Amino acid sequence: MKKHSLFYEFKKGLVAENPVLVMLLGLCSTLAVSNKAINSVAMALAVFFVLFFSSLIIGIIKNLIPDQVRIPSFILVIATFVTLADLFMKAKFPAISKALGPYIPLIVVNCIILGRQEAFVSKNSLIASLMDAIGMSLGYFWVIVLLGIVREVLGFGTIFGYKVLGSWFKPWLVMVLPPGSFITLGIFVGVLNWLRAKGGKA
Amino acid sequence: MIQKAIIIFLAAALTNNFVLTYFLGLCPFVGVSERSSSAIGMGFASTFVMTMTAVIAWIMDWLVLRPLHLEFLQTAVFILVIASLVQFVEMFIKKTSKELYKALGIYLPLITTNCIVFGLALIGSMKNYNLLENIMLGFGAGMGFTLALVLIAGIREELEFRNVPEPLKGAGITLIVVGLMALAFMGFSGMVTL
Repeated sequence: MKKHSLFYEFKKGLVAENPVLVMLLGLCSTLAVSNKAINSVAMALAVFFVLFFSSLIIGIIKNLIPDQVRIPSFILVIATFVTLADLFMKAKFPAISKALGPYIPLIVVNCIILGRQEAFVSKNSLIASLMDAIGMSLGYFWVIVLLGIVREVLGFGTIFGYKVLGSWFKPWLVMVLPPGSFITLGIFVGVLNWLRAKGGKA
Repeated sequence: MIQKAIIIFLAAALTNNFVLTYFLGLCPFVGVSERSSSAIGMGFASTFVMTMTAVIAWIMDWLVLRPLHLEFLQTAVFILVIASLVQFVEMFIKKTSKELYKALGIYLPLITTNCIVFGLALIGSMKNYNLLENIMLGFGAGMGFTLALVLIAGIREELEFRNVPEPLKGAGITLIVVGLMALAFMGFSGMVTL
């Protein structure tokens, strides 16, 4: 396997191997909570927390785990951090926790997290894994927050709750509802592909 | 009581379709929805696992976790239940029916990480359903998943012969089509609610 620099491991999650737009992982949470920008930010932070600490712990103990029970062990580590994040949000930010509903515990089956453990952490050094985790989280972050902003502007006429469009604007109800989410993300994927094809490289 | 169970079944399958309104189970949605035949296999394998999960998760939740006040372990317990259930179902099918294993076998490991199964266990627990209602929720959600998966697979087979703009080919157009389908499914809303 080719050795890459740490900076490469960090950078690839942003665009070239973006977990949402290119690898299409973790779509459930991306589509579900992005009706308002603030929910997107909370979700992205929770995913960052879980991904970073799961990569850290699994990176440390991976040599102790027999290969056959690898996946259940990974899932247990991830579930621990998800439970921590869930309880923390419930205690400190009850309103956001209520808005995100089951999607915080659902991080445990978010394919981004298990996918990175299986595809990257189990084969690479600890430092590279942490860089990978940060890059992937940032890649997830910008997509879900941008999606949240676009949907909030068109659906409510606000960004993070501040009014940006005047009273002439009639909110597009569909953007807040599930169909708007699917269609906006579909257009995002198309735009990224178009930009990449045009630039010749990512 | 029977009436309520039927309403839950219809709501989970149509008006509150898990894929189109809760966004659950999207990973296989984009992955295996290219051919109708594999969509049907995946759909029924998932429905089976989801119905079983509804039973076992309910038992764990109401007979073990709640009496012992261990609700905070819910995430870990549910995911372990699902993982072992899928493993068990795989071994059982392998032993009993070679044909069924051939048809469903490759989809079973994928189901463990399918959020629709885990989401079902969580939603059932949040709504405080009884056992019968929970089973109907699981079965209905599974049938709804199968319905959506087969519909989208049919559309995608058709799309291959259409002139789709190059950047939208594959994932992009699929997401947009799913969005339009979600819009169509909203026509069911108001009939019954979960």
